[in-house]
Amino acid sequence: MSNLSLLVVVFITGVSLVAAALAMAKLLAPRTFNPQKGEPYECGIPTRGGSWMQFRVGYYLFAILFLMFDVETVFLFPWAIKVRDMGPEALISVSFFFGVLVLGLAYAWKKGALEWK
Amino acid sequence: MFDFSTITNWIDELLRSCMAPWAVVLVEGLIIGVLLLLVYALIALALIYAERKICAFFQCRYGPNRVGPLGLMQPIADMFKMLIKEIITIKDSDKFLYGLAPFLVIISSMLTFGCMPFGKGLLTLDFNIGVFFIMAVSSIGVLGILLAGWSSNNKFTLIGAMRSGAQMISYELSIGLSILSVVVYAGTMQTSQIIAAQENAWFLFSGHIPMMIAFIIYLIAGTAETNRGPFDLPEAESELTAGYHTEYSGMHFGFYYLAEYLNMFIVSGIASLLFLGGWMPLHIAGWEAFNTVMDYIPSVVWFFMKTAIIMFIIMWFKWTFPRLRIDQLIKFEWKYLLPIGLFNLLLVTLMVVFGWHF
Repeated sequence: MSNLSLLVVVFITGVSLVAAALAMAKLLAPRTFNPQKGEPYECGIPTRGGSWMQFRVGYYLFAILFLMFDVETVFLFPWAIKVRDMGPEALISVSFFFGVLVLGLAYAWKKGALEWK
Repeated sequence: MFDFSTITNWIDELLRSCMAPWAVVLVEGLIIGVLLLLVYALIALALIYAERKICAFFQCRYGPNRVGPLGLMQPIADMFKMLIKEIITIKDSDKFLYGLAPFLVIISSMLTFGCMPFGKGLLTLDFNIGVFFIMAVSSIGVLGILLAGWSSNNKFTLIGAMRSGAQMISYELSIGLSILSVVVYAGTMQTSQIIAAQENAWFLFSGHIPMMIAFIIYLIAGTAETNRGPFDLPEAESELTAGYHTEYSGMHFGFYYLAEYLNMFIVSGIASLLFLGGWMPLHIAGWEAFNTVMDYIPSVVWFFMKTAIIMFIIMWFKWTFPRLRIDQLIKFEWKYLLPIGLFNLLLVTLMVVFGWHF
């Protein structure tokens, strides 16, 4: 079998695992109605206000930093395969890219973006 | 060493001789799917039992010992209990995303599970971008966790999901960098070729100190990626009840439980694939007799043995270190692991370019 059809097979396996288990639970599990059961859990007291609230900006900052570094890792993968054949030349040319990256990290560090306040 | 592809080729030829080509693809797909499901479920059951027993011994308890001999039936009883519990949906939750989240988590772990090299010739997905593919699909899991927390309409789940997201994307960078150093060293991303390159010496030993650093970084970041051990902030029981899956009940919760254990297996499996040679036996260059003896041990045993040892280390982490605070967690990744990983990548590259390895 080709690799692509195998990928489809594994994907369908994952979906069918969840679907089959849910169908089995539907058959076996009891189903009763009670308005209290639909309440979100908050240690026994009723929830005050909405749950989809404003969130601290720190998470957003780390998401952006992650994006920067992750895109960089994606760019480094093709280089990583070829570096053994290309020798020192490849190392020198990528070191500029690498330098800019480390500078970016150093800048974020200096600005205090890596602190969790 | 027995090559399992002889069996698969034999089945393939047998099917081809008596069926139309499309039927062959269908039947083979069915066989592969059922086998994968079986192994997936069996590993999950074995891991649940092992985790509970090992945890008990760390705490000087007996652990499960009532259901069946030595408590061996405990995980099966657990699974059955989970199946017969009611699935509750919360009143104001986002129904579609709430239902979608478990699918994403299981699909991500199933796709990475398909890339595991269980033995010689027992490799389901073997792309030429193998390791890259593993990284790509394993990050779908974060999406599932974020959706689960967001759609449940509960403050605990939202906080848990946000923490989990921040933690998993941060530590993914370190995983990426240590995988990258292995790719630089091996010169290929294909799973089978990475293993073939370790025939004479596993990368952990032939790569000197830089590879060991990469291995340690991978272990730490991998533990964080599975939301386990000292990094279990997303489901810190004492503050967030159960984190992102607080509102999931019955089998819905079971999927997260399943995925958590399987992710531990997958992380250990990738560690043994990248650093300990996957199914490759322990070979020492020049020791012919020793190598021949090692070849008698089946490749499946080698893979599961290495994976089990790494899983034991990950469990050991959990019962040894206290839980980190979120600021310590972020600081540890961005100020220690990431710079060390970047520097280590440079070291590996230098080593490869100038040939300072065997």
